[in-house]
This record gives sequence, C-alpha cells and structure tokens, in this order.
Amino acid sequence: MDMNSFSPMMPTSPLSMINQIKFEDEPDLKDLFITVDEPESHVTTIETFITYRIITKTSRGEFDSSEFEVRRRYQDFLWLKGKLEEAHPTLIIPPLPEKFMVKGMVERFNDDFIETRRKALHKFLNRIADHPTLTFNEDFKIFLTAQAWELSSHKKQGPGLLSRMGQTVRAVASSMRGVKNRPEEFMEMNNFIELFSQKINLIDKISQRIYKEEREYFDEMKEYGPIHILWSASEEDLVDILKDVASCIDRCCKATEKRMSGLAEALLPVVHEYVLYSEMLMGVMKRRDQIQAELDSKVEALTYKKADADLLPEEIGKLEDKVECANNALKADWERWKQNMQNDIKLAFTDMAEENIHYYEQVYSGGKQGSFPRKVCWKRERVPATLCRGGKKHCLLPATACLPHL
Amino acid sequence: MEQASPDPERQLQPGLLEPLGRSDAGLGVAVDEEVEGAREEGSGGDTMTHNNFWLKKIEISVSEAEKRTGRNAMNMQETYTAYLIETRSVEHTDGQSVLTDSLWRRYSEFELLRNYLLVYYPHIVVPPLPEKRAEFVWHKLSADNMDPDFVERRRIGLENFLLRIASHPILCRDKIFYLFLTQEGNWKESVNETGFQLKADSRLKALNATFRVKNPDKRFTDLKHYSDELQSVISHLLRVRARVADRLYGVYKVHGNYGRVFSEWSAIEKEMGDGLQSAGHHMDVYASSIDDILEDEEHYADQLKEYLFYAEALRAVCRKHELMQYDLEIAAQDLASKKQQCEELATGTVRTFSLKGMTTKLFGQETPEQREARIKVLEEQINEGEQQLKSKNLEGREFVKNAWADIERFKEQKNRDLKEALISYAVMQISMCKKGIQVWTNAKECFSKM
Repeated sequence: MDMNSFSPMMPTSPLSMINQIKFEDEPDLKDLFITVDEPESHVTTIETFITYRIITKTSRGEFDSSEFEVRRRYQDFLWLKGKLEEAHPTLIIPPLPEKFMVKGMVERFNDDFIETRRKALHKFLNRIADHPTLTFNEDFKIFLTAQAWELSSHKKQGPGLLSRMGQTVRAVASSMRGVKNRPEEFMEMNNFIELFSQKINLIDKISQRIYKEEREYFDEMKEYGPIHILWSASEEDLVDILKDVASCIDRCCKATEKRMSGLAEALLPVVHEYVLYSEMLMGVMKRRDQIQAELDSKVEALTYKKADADLLPEEIGKLEDKVECANNALKADWERWKQNMQNDIKLAFTDMAEENIHYYEQVYSGGKQGSFPRKVCWKRERVPATLCRGGKKHCLLPATACLPHL
Repeated sequence: MEQASPDPERQLQPGLLEPLGRSDAGLGVAVDEEVEGAREEGSGGDTMTHNNFWLKKIEISVSEAEKRTGRNAMNMQETYTAYLIETRSVEHTDGQSVLTDSLWRRYSEFELLRNYLLVYYPHIVVPPLPEKRAEFVWHKLSADNMDPDFVERRRIGLENFLLRIASHPILCRDKIFYLFLTQEGNWKESVNETGFQLKADSRLKALNATFRVKNPDKRFTDLKHYSDELQSVISHLLRVRARVADRLYGVYKVHGNYGRVFSEWSAIEKEMGDGLQSAGHHMDVYASSIDDILEDEEHYADQLKEYLFYAEALRAVCRKHELMQYDLEIAAQDLASKKQQCEELATGTVRTFSLKGMTTKLFGQETPEQREARIKVLEEQINEGEQQLKSKNLEGREFVKNAWADIERFKEQKNRDLKEALISYAVMQISMCKKGIQVWTNAKECFSKM
C-alpha cells in the first residue's frame, strides 16, 4: 500500500494536522489548478465510452512539470476514489457523480447528462485539490499526470480484488460490533449525519420538483401569450391592450427561463452533491467503526486469553494508535466539512433567492412599461355602488340601475 | 308571429301595476347617458315613451345562497341552491336605501326568465347567464356544482345578469322581469301564460334558414363570423389560462415544502439554525400567497366567460335575422311564381312545367270559365302575397334597424368591459410581482445570515 508522509497510517499528532489545515486552506496559497472539460466519445469494438480532458497547472516541486493534460474516463475516477478511501478511510472524500442517472435515462450519452457529469467531476477533483491531506496523495498525482498506459500499469499494482473483497466481508462483520462502543462525540456525529441525510434528500427532491414545475409553467406560458395576439386580430379597439398583455406574458416567459437555468446552475448541483456527501459520510462512519471494531475484537481476545496471547499487546498497541489517528483525522475533517457545507448551502440558497428576486423584477418592469395605468381601484368587497360609468367592482356593473317608475 | 318591436302588452305601463312609490321630484342626476333624457318632474302618471320615463333609483343584489332540498317534477328528492334577490329603492334625499322586495330564486328560474326574453326580444343581445356547470377547471377548482366557491362565483354571476338586464334601456321595462324581482309565488305560471314557448322558433327551422338564405344583410354575416372568432379565441384563452394557473399553483406550493424541511433541519444546526428557520417561514408565506392571487384571477376568468357566452347571444340575433330574411325570400319567390302562373294562364303560353299543363295535354283543354276562375284565385293570392311581402319587408327592416342599434350598444359595452378586465388582469400580475419581490428579498436576507 502506498504510504505518503501525510497518511494517517503514520502516527502524527493531531495538533500538527490542524496546523496543516489552516495553512492549506488559504486561497492565495493555492498552487494546484485543475479543469475538466471537452468530453469526447470513444467507440471500440467492445464498448462506447466518454473521456474527459483534464488540465492541471501547478507550481509544486514534486510535480515534474508545471502543466499536464490527460484524458480520463469515469472508471478512472472511480479507481481514484477507491484508492483515496483505502488510504484515508476516515477522511471525508468528495463524492463522485452517480454512475447512471436515477430516473429513466434511456440514452447514457445524453448531452445534459454529460455536461452535468463533467461539472461534477470538475468539482470532485477540485475538492480533492483543496483538501489539506488528500491533495498530496500519490495516486491523485498519478491520476493527474500519468499517460494512459502508465495509469493502467499503475492500477494493476496494489491489493488484488480478492483481498479487497475479504476486507469488505470483515468490514461488514466488524462494523456491527463497532456501534456498541462508539464514543459520545461520534454518536452525535452519526445522529447528525442521519438527520442531515434525510433533510438534504428531501431538499433535493423538492428542488428537482420545483424545476420540473417551472418548466411546465414555462411550456404553458409559451402558448398563452400568442392567443392574445390572435385575439387582437378581430378586435379593433382592444388591439393595443391585447398586444401589451401578450408582450408582458412573453417577458414573463423569458424571465422564467432564466430563473430555471439559475436554479439548475446554482442550487441543484450543490444540493445533489451534498446528497452524495451524506451517503459518503455514512460510509466514513462505518469505516471508523470498523477500525475501532478491529481493536475491540483484539482486546476481547486478550481478555479471554485466546490464541497468540503474547503477540496481542503489540498488535493492540498498533491498533490503538490506528484508532486514535482515525478518530482525530475524522474529527478535524468533520469540522472542515461542516464549515464548507454551511458556506455552500448558504451561497446556493442566497443565489436562488437572488434569481427569484430578479425574476419578479423583470416581470414587474415589463408590466409597468405597457399602457396600463398605474392605479386602478380594485375593490374586492361587493359594495353596492351607485350608478356610475365603468363602476369598478367585480361585476363591472353598477349595482344600482334605473328602473322605470312602477 | 314573432314581432320585431316589443309588444306593448308586455311593457310596463303606469297604472297597471302598483307603483313602488311616488316619483321623486327633482330626483337628481342620472349619470348614465343611456337613460338620460327628458324627465318628468313632479307630475305623475305620464305615458311612457322609449326615451323618456321616470326614474327611480333601484338597487338589485343577489345577496345570499342557500342549499335546499325539495321534490322535483318526478317527486324525487333533490338538492339545489336558492339565491336571495333583494331589491332596494334609494331615497334621493339622504342616499339611504329601503328594502322593497326580497325573494328566493333558483338557477332554473333564471334560465326560464332568459328563455322568455330571448323569444320576446329577438333583436336584443340578451345578457348570458353564468355557466351551468363549472368548465375550464384546474385541479384545485372543484367541478362540483355544490362547491361553495362555485356557488359564490355563480351568485356574483347571477347578480351581474340581473344588473345587465336592469340597465338595458329596453329589457328593463319588461313586466315579467319586474315580476321576477317582486313576485315569488306563481311567477312561473305568469311566464308560461305568456305562451312564449309556443312563439319560439323551431331549431330546425332556424337551421334550415341559415343554410338556405340567399341574401342576408352583410353586417349580420360579418357579425356571425366575429362571434365565432370571439368564442373560439376566448375558450382557447380560458383553457390555457386554467393550465397556467395549475402550473403556477404547483410552483408556489412546492416551495412550501422547503418551509417544513428547513424547520426540521434547523433543529440539528447550531449556526445555520436561525437562518434556516426564518427562511423557512418566508417559504411558507410565499406558498400560501398563491391562493389569493388565483382567486382574483378566477374573477377575471369569469369576466371573460361572460363574453364567451355573449357570443352565443350575438349568434341568436343573427339567426333571427337569417330566419326573417329567409321567410321573406320564400314569400317573394312564392309570389313571383304565382305571378308567372297567372301570366301563363292569361296568355295561354306554357313556359314552365305545370300539372295543369300536363293534364291539359292528356285530357284536353279546360274551359274558359275554369281558366277565369283560376286566374281570379291566383290574383287574390297575389294580392295577399304582395301585402304580406310588404309587411315582411317592413318587419325585416325594423328588425335590422333595432337589432343593429342594440349591437352597437353591445359593442361599446364589450370594449369597455374587456378593456377594464384586461387592465385589471395586468394590475393583478404587477401586484403578484411586488409580493414576490418582497418575500424573496426577506428570504435572501435570512439565507445570507446563515
């Protein structure tokens, strides 16, 4: 397994890690810039797949050059994520976009899908780059810089499939036990994660639904405006006002379109990312529990004086360190994650509110431009009015009328 | 025989009915130009003419609706809604109104009144009733006739109907209308006694005339096209509007879900909690604001619906004209053929095929006496025919004149009303925007404070 100097496998004091975090997060000191773009379709006899171009610019010494350009496909991203999780089981690894679209996607290579995925992959790599620990991960560096064949051969190294599967089985078994001895702060964390996951999922659904409703509203409005124009063709006296109403509706349409795209850009991807994050967090909790469970089972073995009793204390020592590192890593990363989440959510919703304000302002200004008078007394109550021309009430008629004397 | 001008029997005449009160001397300004004209002041019992009648300010309102159960014609129990009609006379001096009549009517009685007016005033564009069944509904609106919102909108529509009749210079003077407002019991009998159902034109006859008439007045043909266009465009508009309302409702209401989730989420957040909670509150406000907005829009839709139904009333007048014109053409044709027959008999030439000509060939000529007799009969018929044609012509022209006068009046009313409706619709949209800006500005502030 790869060991770089910042892996939590190496015992480092929590204090030094925190210092590191502060240092790395300052924006002017960013020295790694990554973009993901230019999706391209590749067709082979076996399959069709998409690759994305990844451009890396850096001033770091450990990189051989200051600029790199490579092509990667989704599988490669999956591999990277797996390696990061292995190396840092209790760090919060950024989420990858889903393999397939959840709802009824027939065409895997639909343009919108590819674009959404591209943006998410871009986010993924940048989040890793911004992470104080993950940014120095060796596999990450190889991912960004290696040529295709280099990457393939590198991938083949490392623990084989069977050993990974074995780990998974042990993980599932031991995670069941781990829950019992979870420290208080991690219980709290777990509760938060569960609730957060529920809420963010709901918000995701609500936001998607709003988008859908706005789209359908837009579709209907497109048909609504032209009817007024059609009507104006048979009415001489109402031409102007009908045209004004039609143009208002038209403006409303355009504003709706903009509002929708604002939603799709600012809010939906952020909320969705945090849905994936919440799943990720549950995984992190499990892994932490698993590490602790390993320790606990060894301690149990010692207590009941099972086999290899003399080797146990040394093993236990190592495991205790491992658990401490894992917990500290998680705690530190947790704080960082929460801060980020707060900022991201705040920004996303503030943007959405801004879009909505802008939308109403657009329609409002359109309405005021027409030939509409500023003030029309619009009375909601049915007050019998005396006979007057153009009585302003619901019925458009005066409630009094003159009847002949009877 | 249908008449173009109102039957004096059905017009109100002083002395036939109990006066509601004495005429007010110097009643004051009648602002409405329609009823302006010389007014008798201080004297009573004058004859009424078309432009010149006493005025007494009357208020009509359909103020309540009530669910009732009763037995129908087949002695089965049924539920229906009854509407309270109140008539008040306004005293000039202090502007106070006094309740003079109040009675309950159900929708079917309104229908009866309208059908009667249609028969006796075929040259008038008779105001339409509010719809019988809820149409152009969107998902929140109920299609149920007993639904309180529907009943409320119908109540307003029925009041509107009565006010339109009351402000029509000709219709307002109708006796049956007056009885509708004042005589609860036996009104139906009074209507039926007029025998209007017998006088109604048969549907079939009218349809036949529409297809076969050769020379209708071009203005009426144009009017028919216009009314078809009006009907089609307004129903299209109403249908799409209903769908738009549905979607808009959806957009607003889904935002309300944010409110609930934010509130729950705020419970687990320390720093973000307050911001989330208050933002959630604004989402709730936003979501509930759509209810009032759409209720107002429903009234706008009702205003358009009235003119949708008016299109049918316009077509009814056109149909009447076509019927009269067709009648006239048939009569003229008939007359022409009789004249020709007469001529042929007189001159002995047979230009057209006639049964007589055939039989003459087969069975021999008829005697001069027989021929004389026939000529005489024909001449009598021709005379009658000419008289009839003359009066039909006169009737036709009268009809066209009166109908067109009312159509002009209607056009002006329509332009005024629709303009106002459209303006109020735009104002509604503007107010909706203002509310939206308000809510989202508040929400944004909460978000930025998170």
